[in-house]
Amino acid sequence: MSLSGLRLYPLSVLFAGALIVFAGALASAQNVKSVPKAIGSPTGDAESGRRIYSSRGCYECHGGEGQGSILTGPRVGPDPIPFPGFVRYLRQPAGQMPPYTSKIISDAELADIHAFLKSLPRPRSAKSVPLLND
Amino acid sequence: MARDKGSSVDRRNFLKTAAAGSMATLVASPTPVSARWPVPRRTMTPLMSKQAETDNPAAADVLTTDRPGSDFMIDVIKSLGIEYICANPGSSFRGLQESVVNYGGNKSPELITCCHEESAVGMAHGYAKIEGKPLGVFAHSTVGLQHAAMAIFNAYCDRVPVYLVLGNTIDATQRRPGVEWDHSVEDAAAMVRDYIKWDDLPISLTHFAESAVRAYKIAMTPPSMPVLLVADAELQENPMGENAGLRIPKLTLPSPPQGDSGAVAEVARLLTAAENPVIIVDRTARTAAGVTLLVELAEALQAPVVDLAARMNFPTRHPLNHSDRGHELIAEADVILGLSVTDFWGAVHSFRDQLQRSSHSITSAGAKLISITAGDLYMKGNYQDSQRYTEVDLAIAADAEATLPSLIAAIKRLITGDRRTVLQRRGQQLAADRQELLDQARTAATYGWDASPVSTARLSAELWAQIKDKDWSLVSDVAPGMSNWPLRLWAFEQHYQFIGGAGGYGVGYGAPAAIGAALANRKYGRLSVNIQCDGDLMYAPGVLWTAAHHRIPILNVMHNNRAYHQEVMHLQRMGNRHNRGVTRAGIGTTITEPNIDFAKLAQSMGMHAEGPIADPKDLGPAIQRAITVVEGGDPALIDVVTQPR
Repeated sequence: MSLSGLRLYPLSVLFAGALIVFAGALASAQNVKSVPKAIGSPTGDAESGRRIYSSRGCYECHGGEGQGSILTGPRVGPDPIPFPGFVRYLRQPAGQMPPYTSKIISDAELADIHAFLKSLPRPRSAKSVPLLND
Repeated sequence: MARDKGSSVDRRNFLKTAAAGSMATLVASPTPVSARWPVPRRTMTPLMSKQAETDNPAAADVLTTDRPGSDFMIDVIKSLGIEYICANPGSSFRGLQESVVNYGGNKSPELITCCHEESAVGMAHGYAKIEGKPLGVFAHSTVGLQHAAMAIFNAYCDRVPVYLVLGNTIDATQRRPGVEWDHSVEDAAAMVRDYIKWDDLPISLTHFAESAVRAYKIAMTPPSMPVLLVADAELQENPMGENAGLRIPKLTLPSPPQGDSGAVAEVARLLTAAENPVIIVDRTARTAAGVTLLVELAEALQAPVVDLAARMNFPTRHPLNHSDRGHELIAEADVILGLSVTDFWGAVHSFRDQLQRSSHSITSAGAKLISITAGDLYMKGNYQDSQRYTEVDLAIAADAEATLPSLIAAIKRLITGDRRTVLQRRGQQLAADRQELLDQARTAATYGWDASPVSTARLSAELWAQIKDKDWSLVSDVAPGMSNWPLRLWAFEQHYQFIGGAGGYGVGYGAPAAIGAALANRKYGRLSVNIQCDGDLMYAPGVLWTAAHHRIPILNVMHNNRAYHQEVMHLQRMGNRHNRGVTRAGIGTTITEPNIDFAKLAQSMGMHAEGPIADPKDLGPAIQRAITVVEGGDPALIDVVTQPR
């Protein structure tokens, strides 16, 4: 994982605990030698994905709405990276993120999570939020 | 202390009435032991008896004094300008406490009642970060110092002065039977000596005066740290004597150590010639002048500043504040200047916490690393807060803030007209990039904007809207719990607007440090704002009572994620690493079932409080109501149920 964009806090503070999926990380993940075979883009169940996202602790680092944190894990929704790279990174993360092997989460469950992340509402623009314009 | 009349030697009376005459007898004549030393009678007078209560006391049994040694001790402490003494009461310093409240009039210093010694030291820690000088703490011998120890460690790691006075009864023959033996110790400071800067055990009032002034001087000389004086109970309580010849020594604080002029000139040369210099700051600005000097340095060089935010160092919206992309800038830099950076190695390396831990430098080949830090002037070995050894190209062992004027002057002398033009172009690009960073932060804040529990970005924005036009001071940390949102969204400009974190990452620091900082802010009429983590408050919530009792105005806004969330993530990491999953990561790490009602907790201690608030729409009005209370001079608390980070 590239730490680009993160403030420079000790590792104990910069702790990435769950899903870290973003472009820079994906680029690193694709260089990993032993990765699972390519997976297609199955149709997941977004509602099931919401439950799994919570029960497997994804929200702990990436927030309940996938909004991310500059210190623990980047934003993951509503536009997650394509599903094959998503799975590859979770199975064999290049950075700080703990690996999610198939023993603890199945491809089908990941597909549900992916569907949930895609279903998240796109926020309004910052310029339309008065509190974010001073 | 009740004593059996005539049955044993009272050291005070023995010294006062019998010593001189007895000495001649001891030397000159072979009298029996019983004649040289008073021997206890076999039949003891009960402590409480009609005879004891009604008989005329022996003429030599002096029971009162108008001039206890503790009065002089308080005069010494007053001379140091210590405004407050934070303490949880303890009998080993009862003489000092009585002198503070009666002889000293409970003013400068004023006694602040604390419910835990950790809170007392934490308050001193926060106070010093605002006021730039120590607050006194009285602690009770063995048990009080044991309670205080973690907070002392935090202040030590954070290089903050705390002035500790510890009661103790040195003379074993003067200890009351029972508890006073448990609360006496041969070498009291031993348990904290690894993480204080200096300590002493004065055995006379003159000794106390010299050591008290010396302790203050040592604590205030960078690198600042806690100091500890042991105040012997007998020294506190005994009469000081009519003609004791006591005086208070003059205090002269040393000028902080500045960097060697030749080395400073070389640093100026490297920075001026650099194409991509970066300035990293951390525990850098000790005073308001430090912020001004850092701005002057950055603007002279038109160099970006990466603020690790252990202090308020650099205005957050300054065009040269690029903290949000520090990693990228450090990786591209040809010269990296670290000013009082505690973990310089960590700033220039990437470390990966997987099954096989690994690390690598992120700096460019040939990049020059320069450090200016007083950390090189003082180091202890047992506790490992020194962080990993950093290979730098030029190291100046000096206080960074004190060295800045000469460094800035040297840089300005080297910048020629052509070079100035180049630097101005660099500055223009950095200013544009900085605006983009702010826009990115604001866009990032919109994700999860309406989430319930409340997002940390929304909480920060709601708070900022209510305080931005006031004279505010954020008296809490912003990382890791708040994901740095205040630093990303708010316009920090003044030194007192941010106090940084605990130093030693000891949880339990937040609430007392915030209230100590608010105590310092009170006389300036500032609005103190504390974003308070739930787990931290539960260490010693009695500090809320201290704020209410002493009318310390502070707005506490709970960041209540109902967990020791850092540890939740650590458990997740272990569960995944061991292929067991994360579903049990909440066991032993979360604070639920039942959820804590922090509003009721605060209300029970006399504080205005609202909550729990989980809907972000309810937050703004609640903050407004609480600010009205705080501006009236009282503390308030809003319990906000939040996203984890």
